[in-house]
Amino acid sequence: MNLFCVGLSHHTADVELRERFAGHAAVDRRLREELGCTEVLLLTTCNRVEVYAAAEHPIPTERIAHCLLAANTTPLGEEVDAFYRHEALHCVQHLFRVASGLDSMVIGETEILGQAKKAYAAARESGAAGPFLHRLFQRAFRVAKQVRTRTDITRGAVSVGSVAVDLAAKIFGHFEKRKVLLLGAGEASERTARALVKRGVRDIRVANRSVERAQALANLISGSAVPMEEWETHCREVDILISSTAATSPIVTQSNLAPLLRDRLDRPLFIIDIAVPRDVAPDVNEMEGVFLYDIDSLQSIAQQSLAQRREQIAAGEEIIAGHVGDFSGWFVAARERTIGEPSLRTSES
Amino acid sequence: MDRELLLVSTLFFFLAMVRTVVAIRGGNYQPAGFNFFAIALGFVLQTAFLTVRGQALGRCPLTSLFEVFIFLAWSVSLIYLLVGPAYRLSLMGAFTAPLVFGLQTFALLALIDQRHPRQLDPSPWLELHASVSLIAYGAFALACVAGLMYLVQERQLKRRRLNSMFYHFPPLTDLFAAITRLLWLGFALLTVGIAAGFFTGQPLPYVKIAWSLGVWLFYAAILFARHLGTTAPRAIAALCVVAFTAALSLLWGITFLSQTRSL
Repeated sequence: MNLFCVGLSHHTADVELRERFAGHAAVDRRLREELGCTEVLLLTTCNRVEVYAAAEHPIPTERIAHCLLAANTTPLGEEVDAFYRHEALHCVQHLFRVASGLDSMVIGETEILGQAKKAYAAARESGAAGPFLHRLFQRAFRVAKQVRTRTDITRGAVSVGSVAVDLAAKIFGHFEKRKVLLLGAGEASERTARALVKRGVRDIRVANRSVERAQALANLISGSAVPMEEWETHCREVDILISSTAATSPIVTQSNLAPLLRDRLDRPLFIIDIAVPRDVAPDVNEMEGVFLYDIDSLQSIAQQSLAQRREQIAAGEEIIAGHVGDFSGWFVAARERTIGEPSLRTSES
Repeated sequence: MDRELLLVSTLFFFLAMVRTVVAIRGGNYQPAGFNFFAIALGFVLQTAFLTVRGQALGRCPLTSLFEVFIFLAWSVSLIYLLVGPAYRLSLMGAFTAPLVFGLQTFALLALIDQRHPRQLDPSPWLELHASVSLIAYGAFALACVAGLMYLVQERQLKRRRLNSMFYHFPPLTDLFAAITRLLWLGFALLTVGIAAGFFTGQPLPYVKIAWSLGVWLFYAAILFARHLGTTAPRAIAALCVVAFTAALSLLWGITFLSQTRSL
């Protein structure tokens, strides 16, 4: 029995090429009926298209790639060079790395695990996945969970919006009773506000020079529009201030913030300044109970998190290596039962 | 025999401390169950020590500075085991273990395990006074630990430098709520402890009364400032650290003096 993975990903192909091989509804049936695969699982995400399969005889990469073509008639040329192929234990190792997020564009992202589970469920339902793939994917899900819990690979947000939300969570814990004021109705503040709404914020106020724009954004995020002239009054009540106006000089300074904070010394104020040029004077961060983050500091934390995740790759690989070793015992025995061949082919082409 | 129990107990707190330090230095801190179990085992051995010592003395083992320190370390562990998991302050163990380790190591090395020849007669009120007051100190110790955590977390957020430990810290507002609850718990216990002292039926040493009331007033002032809302949480957290450090130094001084002179 040959166990292999053939595919292309963000490492080897651009999005245009990946789209061409995104597969079609009947691809697993074709792989089984036309190419003779005994078990097939198709994993398609925005960053990868991969076929995991078991077959009695070796099947050339070109034939599998041809099956994956969305438009069946297009000729394959050099595109096939973008495909990689992993066999036997290399295939096992590759899947464990993919499921754990080590092979992802954003290292440590967890969405891939959900996508792999979905692909596995679909293959089980259609009868395309049999005992080999069942065992392989169940183990992959376990490995991914271990890598996630035993290392810091998923730790820290890696985009500006999620960094802001994570920091807010570190200050306030729960969001249900938190109040947010948006100064300016730009796209960036809208994204951050949406992320906060998703985490449970119910009270969002939008202040903008254009009242219509403020109202439009407030409607989108179930908030309320307030006059720009009244931002200071609202600032007394809110916990989070997101600023992204087009002002050319700071509109939030120590002098206008100090009187607003006098009555709320026991409540922290988190200010997210995503405007360029900045809306909030940098020395505001020195005020008691105020935590100011501008676009540079948010981006720097995102970069820092990514770097920390990269440092965790070695620890993740170690966990994976242990599981590949464990899995090889079962795999050798299963192969022997299937073809009576004790040796394992572990070459990678 | 009882000292051996204490040595092994100290070893468990040492292990919890070392594991945390190594993890933090390696940039991969995970609040695993190891800390909690190491502290729980250390606590069991502390309890065994206090039981053996209490049976040998025929009274609550608070007859020397050594026993006072161990009872205090036991109170800190007790409050941590009760409060830590309830408020999801698993990281508190990382700060509690060094504190208990320090208290016990000091007690073991400082040659203070000497029974004072002049002992007050055992009385239920006296034992209630001493034990409840020390458990109150345990709560204040944990408030100090939570205060330290608050200061570390606040500093990281202000400086925008977040290390791997940052992600395991509880949110600032949760920490502040825990500080407030621990302060109230300690304050209530200390009030009961001080009140019990007046029922012992024995002459009260004026220095101890002044010291107890001083500590009580200090914590009352912190709680008052907390509830007025006019003091920043950072200042409250810092005051918790200062108050406990001062109270612990005074406790040592007063107990030491009361063993050498009649106060």
